[in-house]
Amino acid sequence: MQQNTEIGYNSKIEGEVVVTKLDSALNWFRKNSLWPMPMGLACCAIELMAAGASRFDIARFGSEVMRFSPRQSDLMIVAGTVTYKMAMAVRRIYDQMAEPKWVIAMGACASTGGMYRSYSVLQGVDNIVPVDVYVAGCPPRPEALLDALIKMQKKVETEPVFADLAIAAPFLKKS
Amino acid sequence: MTSLESAQRLQAQFLNLVSNPSEFRGELTVALADAEQISEVCGFAKKTLGFDYLVDISSVDNYGDDPRWTVVYELASLIHGCHLRLKTSVGEEKSELPTVTNIWKTADWHEREIYDMMGIRFRGHPDLRRILMWDGYPYFPLRKDFPLAGKPTELPDVAFTKPAPLEGGPFVTAAGGKDSVAREPRVRTTEI
Repeated sequence: MQQNTEIGYNSKIEGEVVVTKLDSALNWFRKNSLWPMPMGLACCAIELMAAGASRFDIARFGSEVMRFSPRQSDLMIVAGTVTYKMAMAVRRIYDQMAEPKWVIAMGACASTGGMYRSYSVLQGVDNIVPVDVYVAGCPPRPEALLDALIKMQKKVETEPVFADLAIAAPFLKKS
Repeated sequence: MTSLESAQRLQAQFLNLVSNPSEFRGELTVALADAEQISEVCGFAKKTLGFDYLVDISSVDNYGDDPRWTVVYELASLIHGCHLRLKTSVGEEKSELPTVTNIWKTADWHEREIYDMMGIRFRGHPDLRRILMWDGYPYFPLRKDFPLAGKPTELPDVAFTKPAPLEGGPFVTAAGGKDSVAREPRVRTTEI
């Protein structure tokens, strides 16, 4: 008979106490509820929708809550061709998002301008907003976006939240 | 009424203005000698010949030739089920011709697009603004003398543009290559 090792929290052994670091706890909250701001601008948005639908199910990673308000979102997914006409609007929406915030550039167009070497297309959204993860593909399959999301979670996991807070608010520092 | 009959009646009505119809792949094209008469000719085509649907208006930049612009009107009749193409030329110094928005309402956005991309103005248009680029963009990007990569512009709080890196391009596909490697887009210089 197979015996399962207890790897999770067990209240019988540990009592009603979980010991962790503040950073780990905060990052655990953050990485499992990255609410996306779907910046769907072209055909990549269709794949983004597919990633949200039941077959690929982005809800498995806690990111199913597509917020169409920048005030409520953590992760901007730039899915599609960013034209110069749209560039300022993308930047404005990014500015309106509350900290902490991250950006995924989904697909060739958002990452580099893609096949549009042209007068009207911004050559990569990293010209106007800081990008954390780039996804290759034209358009990328939903699996590629989910992979990017997992990479994003790995990155969120390692961020020194408390140290950053201490810089922003010095009174939090240990005296 | 067929396309040919329409073209002949148009020619009979405007004797020295409308050319003989030329046929290409089953489509008829007539040329109009004086662009100033476009409104009258189109009005006749709609009211008398039944061309109730303006499919498209497009423009051609014959860069280096005179007259520089060709404006092309695609007329269709849903009543008779036929199609007619109307071409007219406009010189660069003038770059202006009468609007047909009073005949077909749909001409509004077609003419705005031509104004935006080519810089040809339409006299009498109710609202001749740019439609794709933003107000204040200083160039007409579909002209032949406008570089493919674009030009740098800056309009604070509205938009900016930068030239796109072409890396020796433009990348061009070669038709008729025997495999996809031979056909794929590469930097190719035109052999003269």
